[in-house]
Amino acid sequence: MFSLGSGGGKSAKPSFVSYVTPEEIEPEPEGSLQEKSPEFLPGEVVFCSAKRILRCTQDDESECSVFGTLFLTNFRVSFVSDAVHSEDTVQLFKNKLYGENDIPLACVDQIYGDYDEKKKLITSSQVKNKYPSKIIIHCKDLRVFHFSLLCVKEEVRKKIFQGIIHHILDPKSLKCIFAFSYGEKAAPVPEVQRKQKTLMFETAEDWAAEMRRTKGSCKLVEDNKDFQIAQRLPQFFFTPTSVENEDLQKYQGRGVPIWCWSHHSGCALFKTAALPIAQEESTSKVQKAYVESMLNAVAQNHLYSVKTVDLSDALPNIQDIQQSYNKFKQNFLIDSIAEFWMSDVKWFSTLETSRWLSIIRQCLHKAVEVVESLERENTNILLIEEGGSDLCCVISSLVQLMLDPYYRTLVGFQSLVQKEWVAGGHNFLERSNLLHQRDKELQSPVFLLFLECVWQLLQQHSPAFQFSETYLTVLSDSINVAVFSTFLFSTPHQRATIMKAELDTGTLNIPPVWQWSLQFDCKAQGFFINPLYKAKSKQEKALRKAQRPKYTRQLSLPSTPSRRGFFKEETDNLKKMLRVKRISRWMQLPDSVQACVREFYSVWQRKPLDYHGLLLPCLDWPAVRLWTQRYLRWIPEVQILGGGDVAMLNKVAALVREVQELRTEVDRQVSQADPSLESPLVFARSSVRLSSSFPFAAARVWSFRPAIPISIGDSQMDLGQLASRDDEDTDYQ
Amino acid sequence: MAEIESCFVFNASTKQSIFLCFQASNESLKMELLADVPLLPGEERVIDKDIIYICPFNGPVKGRVFITNYRLFFRSVDVDPAVTLNVPLGVISRVEKMGGASSRGENSYGLDITCKDMRNLRFALKQEGHSRRDIFDILFRYAFPLSHGLQLFAFLSQEKYQENGWTVYNPVQEFRRQGLPNDQWRITFLNNNYELCDTYPTILVVPYSASDEDLRKVATFRSRGRIPVLSWIHPENQAVITRCSQPLVGMSGKRNRDDERYLDIIRATNKMTSKLTIFDARPNVNAVANKATGGGYEGEDAYQNAELVFLDIHNIHVMRESLKKLKDIVYPNVEESHWLSSLESTHWLEHIKLVLSGAIQVADKISTGSSVVVHCSDGWDRTAQLTSLAMLMLDSYYRTFRGFQVLLEKEWISFGHKFASRIGHGDKNHADADRSPIFLQFIDCVWQMTKQFPTAFEFNERLLVAVLDHLYSCRFGTFLYNCESARDANEVKMKTVSLWSFINSDRASYINPFYTVEFVHVLYPVASMRHLELWVSYYIRWNPRIRQQQHSPMEQRYKELLALKEQYLRKLEELQLSDSTSHLSNSTAPSPSTPSQRVTHLQTPF
Repeated sequence: MFSLGSGGGKSAKPSFVSYVTPEEIEPEPEGSLQEKSPEFLPGEVVFCSAKRILRCTQDDESECSVFGTLFLTNFRVSFVSDAVHSEDTVQLFKNKLYGENDIPLACVDQIYGDYDEKKKLITSSQVKNKYPSKIIIHCKDLRVFHFSLLCVKEEVRKKIFQGIIHHILDPKSLKCIFAFSYGEKAAPVPEVQRKQKTLMFETAEDWAAEMRRTKGSCKLVEDNKDFQIAQRLPQFFFTPTSVENEDLQKYQGRGVPIWCWSHHSGCALFKTAALPIAQEESTSKVQKAYVESMLNAVAQNHLYSVKTVDLSDALPNIQDIQQSYNKFKQNFLIDSIAEFWMSDVKWFSTLETSRWLSIIRQCLHKAVEVVESLERENTNILLIEEGGSDLCCVISSLVQLMLDPYYRTLVGFQSLVQKEWVAGGHNFLERSNLLHQRDKELQSPVFLLFLECVWQLLQQHSPAFQFSETYLTVLSDSINVAVFSTFLFSTPHQRATIMKAELDTGTLNIPPVWQWSLQFDCKAQGFFINPLYKAKSKQEKALRKAQRPKYTRQLSLPSTPSRRGFFKEETDNLKKMLRVKRISRWMQLPDSVQACVREFYSVWQRKPLDYHGLLLPCLDWPAVRLWTQRYLRWIPEVQILGGGDVAMLNKVAALVREVQELRTEVDRQVSQADPSLESPLVFARSSVRLSSSFPFAAARVWSFRPAIPISIGDSQMDLGQLASRDDEDTDYQ
Repeated sequence: MAEIESCFVFNASTKQSIFLCFQASNESLKMELLADVPLLPGEERVIDKDIIYICPFNGPVKGRVFITNYRLFFRSVDVDPAVTLNVPLGVISRVEKMGGASSRGENSYGLDITCKDMRNLRFALKQEGHSRRDIFDILFRYAFPLSHGLQLFAFLSQEKYQENGWTVYNPVQEFRRQGLPNDQWRITFLNNNYELCDTYPTILVVPYSASDEDLRKVATFRSRGRIPVLSWIHPENQAVITRCSQPLVGMSGKRNRDDERYLDIIRATNKMTSKLTIFDARPNVNAVANKATGGGYEGEDAYQNAELVFLDIHNIHVMRESLKKLKDIVYPNVEESHWLSSLESTHWLEHIKLVLSGAIQVADKISTGSSVVVHCSDGWDRTAQLTSLAMLMLDSYYRTFRGFQVLLEKEWISFGHKFASRIGHGDKNHADADRSPIFLQFIDCVWQMTKQFPTAFEFNERLLVAVLDHLYSCRFGTFLYNCESARDANEVKMKTVSLWSFINSDRASYINPFYTVEFVHVLYPVASMRHLELWVSYYIRWNPRIRQQQHSPMEQRYKELLALKEQYLRKLEELQLSDSTSHLSNSTAPSPSTPSQRVTHLQTPF
């Protein structure tokens, strides 16, 4: 380790001063260092590299800065430290594809350059002949890297800087994405055998199995097998029985109710893309008739009522979501300690102005509304959105998570994502702007928004979920690795044709993200399992089944005359009422919707909580929270050493394991049978103190000294006269 | 009794009165209702009356209110499940009449009761015959007994407990635990008759080389004679936390050689450092302003071997206003439209952050070997917060069930935090400028720590809530009066029951199952707004929409697993027993205690 200038302690303002001047650097020790390089992945190619890069840490303490080599490959920017790495920190939770000092190219969010101590955002067009002394990389997984280029030779500095800028910021073609080079070279990895498999919804069988499971009755459509109807629709899907084949073709599948899920009462959840807005009256009339016939189909010819939920009206659009997230994430991309403590004072209000948590709340609220209609009123629901594959995916998946405990298991959740998002045609490619399009209008973290909503449910009702918060965090990171087929394409058509074509020409193996063994070894995958989850016992299952009809009946009893449910027997009045129902829905004021949802929630809340039954989120303020694991895990100032919920979870996990071992022992003694394989639960056995961000950032060494808030001069509190008073009104004189 | 009978008039509109027209059934109903009122030994019924409770969450509820010399109890009559209120009168800070005899509107005539525990209660009565006069007078009298020449309930209670909470804290024993006296520090009984300082305890620990005469001289230069004395000593590096009040510097910048020398003696007891750190809890400007009234702070010239650090914690008035603002946004309804910015504008969490951050700095100094002196103005509010929180971070003993009680008894009760003035037990002057939620703020800080370190504390959140509830209830003597001398004068230990008698008789309810014994480490909470949370289950606990979980799911699951583990262990034991009985001839069979031994390899180090 080199000893470097101290830099003059802590400054009150965020600064980008480099504390190292070239004169202070000792000459490069020739040949004393071994050539070190990262372990390259199959298909990974090095574009360029630069030695003598100084990696600085946020905390301005230059003794923490390290020299090393920066590699730029077609997969990542990788920093390899010159310091001899102590191998004693056994990392339990190591990603096999990239380490803590690697930045997958797709994971880069923004690059800033330090030009004469001014921080400037770099967009590729700006790059002329001026090179910054330092580059700051903000990652999509909220890591922040500072690389000083001061000690790098001029021509190398130019090469590495331009290389990074080019490969990260310039538009590229789909085939240039690392997944394709990787897919050609990588050998298939044997996956952990699980009893259940994730349904991919690429075949008619998967869809049929799902229909059987939910006991719904809809018609399987196979006409889109070769994407004759629409490229954005799955190859196979279900529609209401009475939808005719010619209806499907009319608007390239727009307006066709696509089945999502069936409620045990017989009603179901559908989604559709909105029809294009008609200019002429004649087409508008035709369209109206078409919409009417589709609604009729959903209502199974008036056996049930239907509610349409237009999400484009009710929720923020994808640009709103993107803007909000842009503001929100700035709270976590911290460049210096001073900046951290400065922003701490206004933390709550900046969180509020980003509106990110409000958007999460809105989505959950909308989902609860839909759940209420399905569960209490037993109406069919048709979600409508312009493209039918953004907020429709968010809401439909959330509804299913709340209603169907199957989706709260690991495999169930993955199947849900496959069904609603992957087969459902969510435009992952453009939403994450993997191709670095200049026009960023289509970029939006919609899938992340969904994961955030799931996290809210998880933190409120943890025992109901088989997967853990860590699983969700890792899944959110995996969007930006550019290796997985799951997040690579814009339509099911693109996915199917490219994967198939590549498969025909050679051996292409682009794995789905669900092949977790690619990223984590078996043991590390244990962190995906929530130790609080309890699978339903067979007794409970039987009990529930017996109770169900009665339970349904009770719930569907009309609570007030105006909020009537519909029974199959009531068909006489139905046609009339159907129309009224729909109109009243449109006219309904948001306040009354809110009141209904509130009432629905409080009725549910008063019942004993069944983790294997209906699950509703509390949407009142203090209950909607920040996903601290995802957002705070890399910030040193907020690491609670030896604390955090991790400390408790670890104890529960240890006990779960202990109980499992005991049970195996008992079983062995009783029946001499083979011990049944349980999901591997891991916990940190080590005696080292974990930080609250565990299992993330485990390789980092956190300071044992406390983080002491820097007070920024006079407090900004406006306290008026009171502040100057004394505690006791006494004179000592 | 006659008075009570006459008050027992049924509201004609209640369902019951339609059916109960006979005197006998009327009586039986009365008995039934009364049977539900929990009475403590020594508690006596004063009045009961039909009333409408205007519940802010569910609207008006008809029922009956019972007032005893200890509590206000309300039970609804025609709602299922029944709505009940069980409020110790000590919690009441203000009783007001609402509306007049001629007020229009439904339920506009009645009583408005402001409580110290973040809620208000409203009752409506019939607008005829001065129906609220008696109940208002009685409430006013019994809620504020000290303003009416009555005794606090703690002196009337006849409760008996197995445990004697008054024995929890024994200063000499506690100092011995810390390894005191030693060659640098001595125990002095100089204050045995409260002559040195009437708000300090009788037993003090002072530097060995400071004579009693020195102490007396120093006392003249410290506000109210609260001289620097030892609170805690680090077992290894011998760095000490000492506490005191401000020096009486005044406008002219007076100096006192004895005080200067005394602080230097404290510094010298620890040979590791050349500097003593003085933490002045106040903001710099306030410390300067205090000179005008004769106080001030240690000047650089006068105290050469000391560094002075201001911790920017505001005064009691600021904290009182902050809590008031907090109540405005959480009761009865949570401010929905701008929750986060509203929360920020109360500054409550920001004050918590400053207090915690101050304590972290104290603990950090101590663990790096520097001795510290902590003071504010009088050394009984912010000083108590800082020393006790720093001790909680430094010493795992204070994080145990028993140790925490000792900490409260020592740093807060014995060192004269003015509980009577800050809480206003039994006093009708609700607007008194002395009131301030300093102790609540401290408990909130402790809660933040337990939240950040869920395995480091032996006690759970229920203990913290119970402590706060009985801070106001006046059922126990623990938090009564301002200082030890006053407690002695009023024979508190003889005439009242200690809160710890009650708590320690039900230990299991207050134990954190996740507690893991860990001695070595200092616990540094993160004093950043990113981790500070509003204590929802205390401040918003009256709101039924906030799901009140008796046990957290985590705790529940953990207990279930523990039970399962027991079950399997027993099963294994049974299996082995039957195994050994069937192989009785085998003399090398394992001993009967095998099960526990057999599974030792399964035990994991936590």
